[in-house]
Amino acid sequence: MNFQTLSQLAVLCEERGLGIGALMLEEQSAESGRPQEQEFATMKEYYGVMKEAVHRGMTQDTTSRSGLTGLDAQRVGAYNAASEPFLGGPAGQAMAYALAVSEVNASMGRIIATPTAGSCGIIPGVFLSCQERFGWDDDYMVSGLFAAGAIGYVIANNSFVSGAEGGCQAEVGSAIGMAAGALTELRGGTPAQAIHAVGLALKNTLGLICDPVGGLVEIPCIVRNGFGAVTALAAADMALAGVRSVIPSDEVIKVMLEVGSAMPEKHRETAGGGLAQTPTGRQIMKDLRNKKG
Amino acid sequence: MRFKDVFSIIGPAMVGPSSSHTAGAARIGRAARQVLGELPREAEIIFFGSFAATYQGHGTDRAIIGGLLDFATDDHRLPDSVELAAEAGMDISFRQGTGLFPHPNTVRLRLVGRDTGTELTLTGISIGGGNIEIVDIDGFGVKLTGMYPTVLINHMDYLGVLASVTDVMRRGQFNIGHMSLDRKNRSGAALTVLELDEPATAGLLQELQALTAVKSVKVVDLNGVKQEQKGKESTP
Repeated sequence: MNFQTLSQLAVLCEERGLGIGALMLEEQSAESGRPQEQEFATMKEYYGVMKEAVHRGMTQDTTSRSGLTGLDAQRVGAYNAASEPFLGGPAGQAMAYALAVSEVNASMGRIIATPTAGSCGIIPGVFLSCQERFGWDDDYMVSGLFAAGAIGYVIANNSFVSGAEGGCQAEVGSAIGMAAGALTELRGGTPAQAIHAVGLALKNTLGLICDPVGGLVEIPCIVRNGFGAVTALAAADMALAGVRSVIPSDEVIKVMLEVGSAMPEKHRETAGGGLAQTPTGRQIMKDLRNKKG
Repeated sequence: MRFKDVFSIIGPAMVGPSSSHTAGAARIGRAARQVLGELPREAEIIFFGSFAATYQGHGTDRAIIGGLLDFATDDHRLPDSVELAAEAGMDISFRQGTGLFPHPNTVRLRLVGRDTGTELTLTGISIGGGNIEIVDIDGFGVKLTGMYPTVLINHMDYLGVLASVTDVMRRGQFNIGHMSLDRKNRSGAALTVLELDEPATAGLLQELQALTAVKSVKVVDLNGVKQEQKGKESTP
């Protein structure tokens, strides 16, 4: 790849007169040595898997093996349809879809890691709900996935994308930043605006710890995907309105690295602290062990 | 760069629940299977750090075994791998490791091949989003991602071995993207690892095998294998 930072990415986009998604497709093809059509087709296949996961989570039983989670997406979907929700509308839909994919993941169903499995609901959640709302075709969504991938590539190489290294900010936080930037571009924002959206979004999750109850990718991971979808929409709206990330997004990424590196091990995907070690969290872990025999 | 391309960020397609603890673990297992070159009859799995703390909840144990059965990250049989391995005659044990480890998500595998009795000790780390690095093979320090077709050459540390290896590569038009060499001692056993841009051919492997001082040649290719098998199931 010919860029290592988001500001280099913006410069390249300007030089080549391309959006982030189109530029990333060119760069990917150059890196892999495979034609652009082939790389595009692979990504389109991935988008198909995301759609299947949303559909499955909204219609089938997603109760996890532990029995702790499942069917919340369908609860939110039914509530959205029958009541006057605070969010409702497209944001409520995005939230339900994000929960759906995360519940499919927790029940050992097939998903695409975006960038990880723990954060796999956010991008499909906002992409599918926005596609339905704005009538975008699949190819347009796939170009959005390349844009999200370009942003994630910068975050991953300058900071981290695993909870064990940098806490939940690295997983859910990165996914929200990727989604926010991609949505901004899909709605006609410039690469500079999209990059502001990344910084705005990342600032909101700095410091978020990874504290899965019982070590399972269920509590609190699933609801954080639901919240994450809503936050991504909010960050894209701010950026499209002209709100800027005064601390440049590349500097925010470095802060994520600093905060994650200082995070104690008990808050990095070990179930040794946080929600996992509350009285209820410990009781759940004990019950799970007994269940296994 | 630790993360090489767009599909290391968007992807892999996988069976849940965790990209680092499930998909990454499956890829480490599969890389080990390819280095061993056969189904293991014994597999001792030693977990460190976050892997040790949460491996059951994340299905890390099942993912590693699935990888040893040569399953891809999105193979629907991954959740049942332990039972399938037992049926295939694999003797499996899991334990928590002690001592220093290089990354919060570290696993060490001690394997014995079913057909030849070959022994292999391999250490892998899972760095996020399903991406991995193999950092140690039989005591040799390596850095192998499995993202590219990778050739592993066991040889003796004699003068000019590397020159003859790269000459074979040049003549066959194989470009080397990353390369490392580690040796046990001067003039002793050595391991060279080459990440290539193109899949290694049978002809290339034969030529390398024929070089003086080369003991064995192995290939690890996690992406290539997956693409070939798209649409059909691999068998254990």
